Amino acid sequence: MKRRAVILASAASAAAILAGWELGALNAMTMPVAQDNPTAVGGFGSNGSGSGGSGSSGSGSAGATAGRSTGSSSQASASSAVDGTFTGTTVSTRFGNVQVQVTISGGALTDVTALHLTDHDGRSVSISNRAAPILKDEVLQAQSASVSMVSGATYTSAAYLQSLQAALDQAGF
Amino acid sequence: MSDVALPHSAFAAMGTVVSLRIARSRAPVDGFAAEDAATADVVATFARWAARCSLFDPASELSRINRGELALPDASEDVRRAYAVALEWRTRTGGAFTPHRGDGVIDLNGVVKALAIAEAGATLQRAGFARWGIDAGGDVLVAPGTLGDPEWLIGIADPADRAQLLALFELGRRRLAIATSGSAERGDHIWTVPGAGPTPFVQVSVAAGDILTADVLATAIVSGGHAALDEFTERFDVDVLAVPRDGSLLATPGWPRVARSTEFLSPKSAVAR
Repeated sequence: MKRRAVILASAASAAAILAGWELGALNAMTMPVAQDNPTAVGGFGSNGSGSGGSGSSGSGSAGATAGRSTGSSSQASASSAVDGTFTGTTVSTRFGNVQVQVTISGGALTDVTALHLTDHDGRSVSISNRAAPILKDEVLQAQSASVSMVSGATYTSAAYLQSLQAALDQAGF
Repeated sequence: MSDVALPHSAFAAMGTVVSLRIARSRAPVDGFAAEDAATADVVATFARWAARCSLFDPASELSRINRGELALPDASEDVRRAYAVALEWRTRTGGAFTPHRGDGVIDLNGVVKALAIAEAGATLQRAGFARWGIDAGGDVLVAPGTLGDPEWLIGIADPADRAQLLALFELGRRRLAIATSGSAERGDHIWTVPGAGPTPFVQVSVAAGDILTADVLATAIVSGGHAALDEFTERFDVDVLAVPRDGSLLATPGWPRVARSTEFLSPKSAVAR
């Protein structure tokens, strides 16, 4: 249970930081708060059936506006009690409402998804679609994957012959 | 290109090469007559749009318009429609995309290839093929798939090395089209917004529900830079992968990525960004 709490706390912390970063709100003030007291930015809960327990952890405090988390745990396995998908409470920030979902697999945080982002005018999701830095090995899965076609800057007819696309066309994919 | 042998599934058009994939859900009873007829239709579609609007062809209607030999109102409906579509996208992108080149030439290349791809796709869909894909010089449109169909795995070319892939993207359900713009192949053919200086991006890929949106926005983000990237990813339902000049990568949250450990989400690395 302690391990779970630690992971959830770090998940909340990381998620809060990620959300803040995506909102362009990352500053010296939010960082320590998020790290020292994760529940201040919204708790994470799970109604999962894993042996690690169930129920919401932290009902959120100062910023929480939408109370209960509606986490849906999945793939909870015997070997790793905390695996699953956890949904955080909706948190009100000066940039709007934020709700994130984290996926924990093998005890490690593997995904953070913004479920709900709105600004105070009620425009939703927009800012969550901002392009952000990403590492090269995050976007290229196994090279051996069977690619059907290639997208690239328009090539000339001559350049086509040296292109990967030409090889795929020759192979009849 | 006429002197170069292309694979059976590819043909030259608009200064580049178009690759076709056509599949049927059951074994053909007519040999490949249906595929051959559909391919002929697609080839004709590209040829028609090129004859109307290509600047690569000095005899095209648009080339004649730019030389003052033909007035725009007297041009064919295709040309006027392409021009109207381009103007509409100029408005929607706040001028980041425009059919008016800095030297006064009307340039419809930004929409013509996409219009041809979309029309060819509609033809293949009407012909009843279960699965088809069109890759026109790096801009890809595929048939809308249904649950159970495998998605099309599309590779994104590495602007630093054409023979390598930079990323992968699946088309067929959530997104049907992906287009990539950049200066890697044909030089700096994208005109930047006046006063904006050279584009900060060597390559931008945009995935969308339709090829016109993908193609136009890829061009508009290259030309409009970071401000355009931020604005258009907010306003349009698209996934974007941009390659800045320093070779780093920028991706929207919807861009598929390999799940990673907590390490990249840690406060330290977040701050480093």
